[in-house]
Amino acid sequence: MKVDEVPQDDSKSFEGQRKRLYARNADGEYTTALSSGWEAEDVVLDQAVEEYNRFTREARERVQRGISSPLEYHMYAHRMDLTVLAQATGLFRWQVRRHLKPSVFSRLSPRKLQRYEEAFQMTSEQLRTLPAEDDKNND
Amino acid sequence: MTEFDHQQTAHCESGAVAALLRHNGLDLSEPMVFGLSSALTYAYIPLVKMGGMPLLAYRMPPGRIIRGVSKRLGIPFHFERFRRPTDGTTALDRYLEQGRPVGLQASVYWLPYFPENMRFHFNAHNLVAYGKEGDDYLISDPTFEEPMRADTASLQRARFVKGMLAPKGVIYYPEVITQSPDLTKAIPGAIRSTANMMLRTPLPFVGVRGIRHVARHMDKLSPANEHYNKLLIGHMVRMQEEIGTGGAGFRFLFASFLQESAGILSNDGLKAAADQFTDAGDEWRRFALYAAKMLKGRSTLDYGKLATQLRQVAEMEQQGYRMLLDLKLR
Repeated sequence: MKVDEVPQDDSKSFEGQRKRLYARNADGEYTTALSSGWEAEDVVLDQAVEEYNRFTREARERVQRGISSPLEYHMYAHRMDLTVLAQATGLFRWQVRRHLKPSVFSRLSPRKLQRYEEAFQMTSEQLRTLPAEDDKNND
Repeated sequence: MTEFDHQQTAHCESGAVAALLRHNGLDLSEPMVFGLSSALTYAYIPLVKMGGMPLLAYRMPPGRIIRGVSKRLGIPFHFERFRRPTDGTTALDRYLEQGRPVGLQASVYWLPYFPENMRFHFNAHNLVAYGKEGDDYLISDPTFEEPMRADTASLQRARFVKGMLAPKGVIYYPEVITQSPDLTKAIPGAIRSTANMMLRTPLPFVGVRGIRHVARHMDKLSPANEHYNKLLIGHMVRMQEEIGTGGAGFRFLFASFLQESAGILSNDGLKAAADQFTDAGDEWRRFALYAAKMLKGRSTLDYGKLATQLRQVAEMEQQGYRMLLDLKLR
C-alpha cells in the first residue's frame, strides 16, 4: 500500500480519531500514515455492532413479554454473550442461563445480584429494570 | 510530572513496548519491536470462540511481544499482578509518584476514552500510564494520536475485569537496560522463527496451511447459513483490520520490519522479501475489499471468490517465507 492509497474515508466510528497504518512513500520506503477510516472496516464494524443491537432489541421484547429476565437485555446491551457474562461474574454458564428466566431472576439473592451489578457497573435498580427505549448506554 | 514522549503506533502491545524502551534509553521502531518478537502468525481455531466467532489470529497471543523482545534482546521485564483491585491502584500510584511510567493491560470496553463503536470486551489492550493529575491518570495509549486520560475508578475497572485474557491488574516495565543490543545478532533468529512457524508447523490451522484451510472452509460454506457466514466473513475482516494491525493483518508492519532489517544487515534479499510481504498485504486488503462489498450488498455474495483470494494470499505468503528461509540469515 502506498501512502497516497491510505484510505481517508472519515469513519464515524472513529469519532474524529485517526489510525496509524504502514505504507510506502514515493521512494518505496516504509513510513507511517494516518487514516481517518476505511469503508471496508466500517462495514464490518457496523455489522458487529448491529448484531448486538439486534439481540438487545429482541431481548427487550422478550423481557417485556415476561419470557426473559432483564438480565438478558443488559447482557446484550453491554455487548456480552452468555460466555462473556459468565466469565465476568465468575459464575457458570448454566447458572447465568438459569438467571435469564424471570422466575429464577426474581428470587436471586442480593449477593448473586451484586455480581451482575459489578459486571455491568449498574445499581440494583438499573439491573432489575429496562432503561427507556432511547437510552442504550447503561454504563 | 514525568515527561513522556507519546508516539502513536499501529498496534498497542508493540507500541507500549517501544514507548517503554524508548523512555528507558533504547530507541527501537514499532516494526523492529514487532519483528524481533516474532509476533507475526496466522491461526484459525474454531474451538475457541470470541464473541461467538471462531478465534482468528494474525499475531501470536497477547504478551508475546513483551516477552519476545525481552528474550531476544536480553532485557528483563518486571511483571506484577494483583488479587485486589485497590492493591493494583496503590502500586500504580506508587510507580507514578516515583516518576516511573509503566505498561498496563486493560479491557477496551471500560476505557472511557475509547470510541463507542470500538468498545468490545477485549481484555488484552496495552497502554502506558505516565502520570497522575488529581483523579485522572495520564495515559499514553499507543493507538491514539494524543495522550489520553482516565479517571481512577474507570482505569481500575478496566485493569481488573474478569474473563478471557484477564489482566489481573498487570504492571510491567523494562528493568535496567545495560547496553545497546546487537540487532545484527537478534534479527536473523527472529525472522527464522516467524518463517518456520508459518511454513513448517504441522498443525493444519496454523500458518500458510491455516490460510489454505480457511479457504477450503470458505468454499464449503452453505448458503443455508447465510447470516452466520456473513458474520464470519465480517469477523475475518475485523481481526485483520479493525483491531489495530497497521493494515493487512500486520503484514505491512512486518514488511516494514524486513525493510529496516535489510538496512541493518546490508541484505538486499530482505528488501525483496519486504516487497513480497507488501504484495501479500495488498492481497489481504483486496480480500477485505471484496468481503465488504459483498456484505454491503454491492456485489453478489460469492464464497468461492473469497476462497480464491485467500489462496492467492496463501501463495504470496508462502513465497515470502520461503524467500526468508532461503536467505539463510545467521
